[in-house]
Amino acid sequence: MTVPSLFLVLAAMFIAGFFLGRARAMKSGGGDIRRLHSLPFYYGANVSLTAVIPALGALIAWLLMQPLWIEAQVSELLPPELVEKAGAESLVMTDIWRVAGGLVAAKEAGALSQSELATLSTETTDIRALLGQFGVALAADVDPAVLEAAKASIDLSRAAATWMAAVVLTLSVGGLGFALWRTDKDYRARNVVEFGVLFLLLVAASIAILTTVGIVLSMLFETRNFFSQYPWQEFFFGTTWDPSFSGRGGASKLGILPLLWGTLYISLIALLVAVPIGLFSAIYLSEYAGKRMRSLAKPAIEILAGIPTIVYGLFALITVGPLLRDYFASPMGLGESSSSVMTAGLVMGIMLIPFVSSLSDDIINAVPQTLRDGSLGLGATRSETIRQVVLPAALPGIVGAILLAASRAIGETMIVVLGAGAAAKLDLNPFEAMTTVTVKIVSQLTGDTDFSSPETLVAFALGLTLFVITLGLNILALVIVRRYREQYE
Amino acid sequence: MSMGDTPRKGSLLEPDARTRRRNAAEARFHLYGLVAVCLGILALIVLLSSILSNGLSSFRQAYVTLEVSLPEDRLDKSGVRDPEVLAKVSTFGYAPLIRDAVGAEMERLGIQIEGLNEKDAGGIISNNAPARLRDHVLANSDLIGGTVTMTFLANGRIDGYFKGRVTMESAERDKNVSPEQLQLADALKEAGTLTRPFNWAFITAGDASENRAEASGLGVAILGSLYMMIVVLVLALPIGVAASIYLEEFAPKNRITDLIEVNISNLAAVPSIVFGILGLAIFINFAGLPQSAPIVGGLVLTLMTLPTIIISTRASLKAVPPSIRDAALGVGASKMQAVLHHVLPLAAPGILTGTIIGLAQALGETAPLLLIGMVAFVAEYPAAPPEGFFDPASALPVQIYNWTQRADPAFVERASGAIIVLLVFLVSMNALAIFLRRKFERRW
Repeated sequence: MTVPSLFLVLAAMFIAGFFLGRARAMKSGGGDIRRLHSLPFYYGANVSLTAVIPALGALIAWLLMQPLWIEAQVSELLPPELVEKAGAESLVMTDIWRVAGGLVAAKEAGALSQSELATLSTETTDIRALLGQFGVALAADVDPAVLEAAKASIDLSRAAATWMAAVVLTLSVGGLGFALWRTDKDYRARNVVEFGVLFLLLVAASIAILTTVGIVLSMLFETRNFFSQYPWQEFFFGTTWDPSFSGRGGASKLGILPLLWGTLYISLIALLVAVPIGLFSAIYLSEYAGKRMRSLAKPAIEILAGIPTIVYGLFALITVGPLLRDYFASPMGLGESSSSVMTAGLVMGIMLIPFVSSLSDDIINAVPQTLRDGSLGLGATRSETIRQVVLPAALPGIVGAILLAASRAIGETMIVVLGAGAAAKLDLNPFEAMTTVTVKIVSQLTGDTDFSSPETLVAFALGLTLFVITLGLNILALVIVRRYREQYE
Repeated sequence: MSMGDTPRKGSLLEPDARTRRRNAAEARFHLYGLVAVCLGILALIVLLSSILSNGLSSFRQAYVTLEVSLPEDRLDKSGVRDPEVLAKVSTFGYAPLIRDAVGAEMERLGIQIEGLNEKDAGGIISNNAPARLRDHVLANSDLIGGTVTMTFLANGRIDGYFKGRVTMESAERDKNVSPEQLQLADALKEAGTLTRPFNWAFITAGDASENRAEASGLGVAILGSLYMMIVVLVLALPIGVAASIYLEEFAPKNRITDLIEVNISNLAAVPSIVFGILGLAIFINFAGLPQSAPIVGGLVLTLMTLPTIIISTRASLKAVPPSIRDAALGVGASKMQAVLHHVLPLAAPGILTGTIIGLAQALGETAPLLLIGMVAFVAEYPAAPPEGFFDPASALPVQIYNWTQRADPAFVERASGAIIVLLVFLVSMNALAIFLRRKFERRW
């Protein structure tokens, strides 16, 4: 039984359970709704949920665990010398999955019968040619052990699919029967259903935790793999970034420092653009501007926040980059590249303006009016009030806003991919092309990727570094903002 | 009337130096603020006008209408119209027919251009044309032996000539186009053979390869983005609303609740590319879902959109006054009934608005999709859902990125045009959100 048909069966159980449960409750109440503890709807819902929720949970858990279980079973079958020859077990496993996938495709297309599949061997059949017909192109002939493992994995997954269907159906039918058996006019159906719904709500809320765990785990495992192949000292303290994709092991230099330098340099320029403009417009709009001006200018600046970053990237690539090169960099003899730190920094600064201004606006508005009134009453001008009373009071919040903007800048991808260039270097000239952590994550993980080489795995280490840096900045910002808020509340 | 030892100089009507300085500082400060606001708005104007000026031209495209003769001796010598035999004539067999058709058209109009050979004259038609002609003939084999009138795309350089991207001077240096070809194009335009209608194919066609920019379109990308938005809507809305209801109405104040809250606010600030790494590692490498598939893109974007939807849903739940809950509880509703029957419907407009804004954000997201293989060249439309969710597809922002990576400058125009399409979608979604908010917003 396939997974989609299992879902259909569960859907049918859900509907059937509802009507059965409601009918049984009505019957036990003698057709008089007043004799029931709960409304008839709840008796139906109780049977529906009991029939479906445990079965669905089991189905999902099974689908998640099955590949792990099969992999563990299959890897026990593998002769150790085969693993040693290929270099890593994950490589052999990849081969096995591909062969198994090809064999299943061949069987579905009718080229192999069940008995032929069972007796298939590398001596009698050219497996590589056979699989080639079904879209699985293999680099070398299939090792007999790999074929056996692939066949074993097919058998295992067939058996597992049967067991899964059996377990899910048993749970579903059992749940339905159990709930129907419990249904009675005095049964507290509403309380049970509400408890079930509350549980589902809690599951939905925990997805946020699961996502974070998923992010951390997915990067942590591959990063560990990376550091088992590449020394961590050279990654964190290396000053050259020079990956080689020719397969010569150990020829790559993967130091993060030039990438971090590019990231920080571009973010710095972006903040130098965004912070003054954003802060001053927030001050102007909240302290000086009239109602009309505010209602026009505020949304206009906030439109900038709604524009996707790919649009900014293209703007950097086709407008800002050539403009800076032709009017600044080339006449001043600073470089001939249209993608540069300056290009990416300027455009990223524009992107961050609304971010800084709307956060600062909130913070400035949160400063109590009494402070302003006191200062103005003593004879200070408006600008003196802002500089000497409002801003110092709002300072922690503004620092928090700037930190959040910095974390945005460090994690930004499309603008730097299109505007900053790909050359990793440690240079001070802002009109040179430089590169960032995010650009390299994209370039190492797109195109042909080989998840056993350090050149690909380094992207996960870069991702984890990026995640840790931005997380640190965000937490710092939240702590600062929270501490500030407590002062006035 | 003594003022003490230091009698005041000057009068109140004439400000002294210090007051003047302070007033000047005040005026300067005011000006800085005004300049900052103007710079922000100026940046928006420059950004939009740059995109519009580069991209608007992609909505017009040069087409050439030709009468192509389909000689039997070239296409089907046997004369039996056997589809298998017909299919043996490759697109290369059709290219000379188009060349001849251009020659015939020039003869009919009496166009003579010095230094233009027959091959170059045929070169003003897109490389895409023979394939289109072949498809048409294979579908209608009774046309063989007669003539057919078809409208073909002009070559990208010819199209660029009418858009000002290619000039007579640049054509001198370009090995892909000659000034004579441009003269021919001018003459054909004069005669009405070459027209520049609205470019529907740009919105509906699939992507095309490097050397036929003129044939590329956004159809597959729009469809892919639509599929992803369906996945996001189906998953993120129920999960987000359920999570918000729990956190806002039921969650006890304890460690787990705190953990969830902190997680949500942090996820909202995690760089989008990290979600791409998550998608690659979990959904593709671990769960074995196919690369480039809208389902994977949709799942990744769901995780990214959830915090947005949760935050806005919680705000709208919070905005429902407690008196509603109290009234429901007072007439005997359970807590769950009070929330699901009374609070949630009242918060629905706010939830809807937040969801649309979240979807608009997800629609423009590019970086995570690059990592899950959506950059691959996809010219085929994905199938209808649900199978289509697992077919390779592109997405609007990724298609834009893809086009920026190609050499032909015609693709820059296409990319800007695609951004206009993307912005039109975003503006309409946001306008819908604003409209809904205005229409249903309740002040308690």
